[in-house]
Amino acid sequence: MIDSSSYQAILDRKNTIMRQSVGIDYDQYKTGLIAFDYEKMMEDTGYTLAEVAKIQKNSGVGNTPLKELKNITALARKVSAPGKGARIFIKDEALNDSGSFKARRASISCYHAKKSGYAGVIAATSGNYGAAVASQAAKYGLKCIVVQECFDSRGIGQPEIIEKARACEAYGAEVVQLSVGPELFYTFLRLLEETGYFNASLYTPYSVLGIETLGAEIIDDTLKETGRIPDMVVITNAGGGNLTGTARGILQKTNQKIQIVGASVNLKGLHMAKDTDFNRKSFTTGHTGFGIPFIINPDRSDVPRSAARPLRYIDRYCSVNQGQVFFVTEMLTVLEGIERGPAGNTSLAAAFSLAQELNQDQIIVVQETEYTSAGKHHQAQLAFARENGIDIHFGDPRTEMPGQSIVLPQKVQDLFTQELPLDPIRQSYIKNACGSHLRIGSIDLKYLCDETHLKYADVQTILDHLDVIVEDKE
Amino acid sequence: MISKNTWVQIHKIVLKPEERPATLPEETRKVPLELWVKGYLLTEANLGDEVSVRTITGRLECGTLVQINPCYLHTYGAFVPEILKIDLIVKDALYRSENHD
Repeated sequence: MIDSSSYQAILDRKNTIMRQSVGIDYDQYKTGLIAFDYEKMMEDTGYTLAEVAKIQKNSGVGNTPLKELKNITALARKVSAPGKGARIFIKDEALNDSGSFKARRASISCYHAKKSGYAGVIAATSGNYGAAVASQAAKYGLKCIVVQECFDSRGIGQPEIIEKARACEAYGAEVVQLSVGPELFYTFLRLLEETGYFNASLYTPYSVLGIETLGAEIIDDTLKETGRIPDMVVITNAGGGNLTGTARGILQKTNQKIQIVGASVNLKGLHMAKDTDFNRKSFTTGHTGFGIPFIINPDRSDVPRSAARPLRYIDRYCSVNQGQVFFVTEMLTVLEGIERGPAGNTSLAAAFSLAQELNQDQIIVVQETEYTSAGKHHQAQLAFARENGIDIHFGDPRTEMPGQSIVLPQKVQDLFTQELPLDPIRQSYIKNACGSHLRIGSIDLKYLCDETHLKYADVQTILDHLDVIVEDKE
Repeated sequence: MISKNTWVQIHKIVLKPEERPATLPEETRKVPLELWVKGYLLTEANLGDEVSVRTITGRLECGTLVQINPCYLHTYGAFVPEILKIDLIVKDALYRSENHD
């Protein structure tokens, strides 16, 4: 007899467990062989932007201050070409209850879970989202379990993740900590089935709806402060929800073109499922190890159809190195008097270089910060890296080797962003979306255009290269 | 002997190496998938005993008793002098021409 709690048995029940724990029948949105109706899935949640804002206002979330980083702007101008150096603003999301923008994502999930009669919520996260769900669950009197990938096989935990476990427990959550491995998903499913709690996944429509207010506030705040809308918004990208939600919120406020830029920490060469690589990285999220696989295949998430679909909205994608993010985190502390956690400053590190491309009358908004604490601080994370044999030195940040070195820029001029070209990413996305299908329908073609933000002819060219035929062309 | 209802941490093996998917990197597949969770001890026991606990959400879990009144010991870590040098670099670059100290 097969053990009903075995790895395979639980994974075989995945779809049923998901349906019960999210309350969404994802099959109903399927419109083609590969296509599904994304907008309908978002609309069916039944929450408008105004309702989301109201729920968040009542739960300690949103309306965070937009702050102009005058000294950092002045510094960028010192190293820019004449006339260049856009005004840099930062949305101080650390001031949400629980200390990050993730409170926006958790707020709607927890509100919805309570409204739908669930007794509790579960989230699989090693990041700020755990504290966010725990904090919001506390407000609604919901039980909460957070499942973390925390320790390597030596039992050594990332200091940043240990701090998040502390925060979750402080807000009253149960924290289930695991060693390295993607089978975290198995434990997650087992817990969902055992408890019947709501799956507060980062990838449900509720989670992404919660971030739309951030995009909307960026437009309102920037208009209020400067009389104009931003020219560029820089967004840290991992699973894609932050970028998707922010961009969707912006689109609900203005149809003027704003460049949407994704930024991730470069962790090239490190394997996310490798036990021996786990503690050789200094960033547990916001990095290319999540950013690239999720942008190419958003549905690799913990729900059948992810609401986080960054390729629909992104105009440009950049990476920055770990040493640069630590450098900029210290810059924010000593030049602006704002001490925040490093991971939340990934987009700021990119913005410092990107601002130098724009004119001085232009505006660039960095859309998040995160709280800082023991373990979750550049001092703690650099110390941990050094203990784990990472070579930390000043030099050319382009020579940084993730997992071996952290290179701090010797001078401000050395801060740079690495362009991650979107065309190969779009091609990989389409290849992955088609999977084994060699024939797709016209509805699928339309879907691929929406998904990649490409024109028909461009998608058709990529499909031709893949030997995929579009049938029933209109 | 640790008394019943003490707040403890337990540890257990979720998957043995041979139960882990073949697609995992070698380094991960050769070690078990381990789990740690905290709860109230259901019966008196000693460190290292197989025990059952009730977690804060009311679930029952069993595993090896590894810690009593588990605490947080994470810190800001050993001093990293490079951080002070960053201060000098950015302040010098911003204020140099303004005769700022």
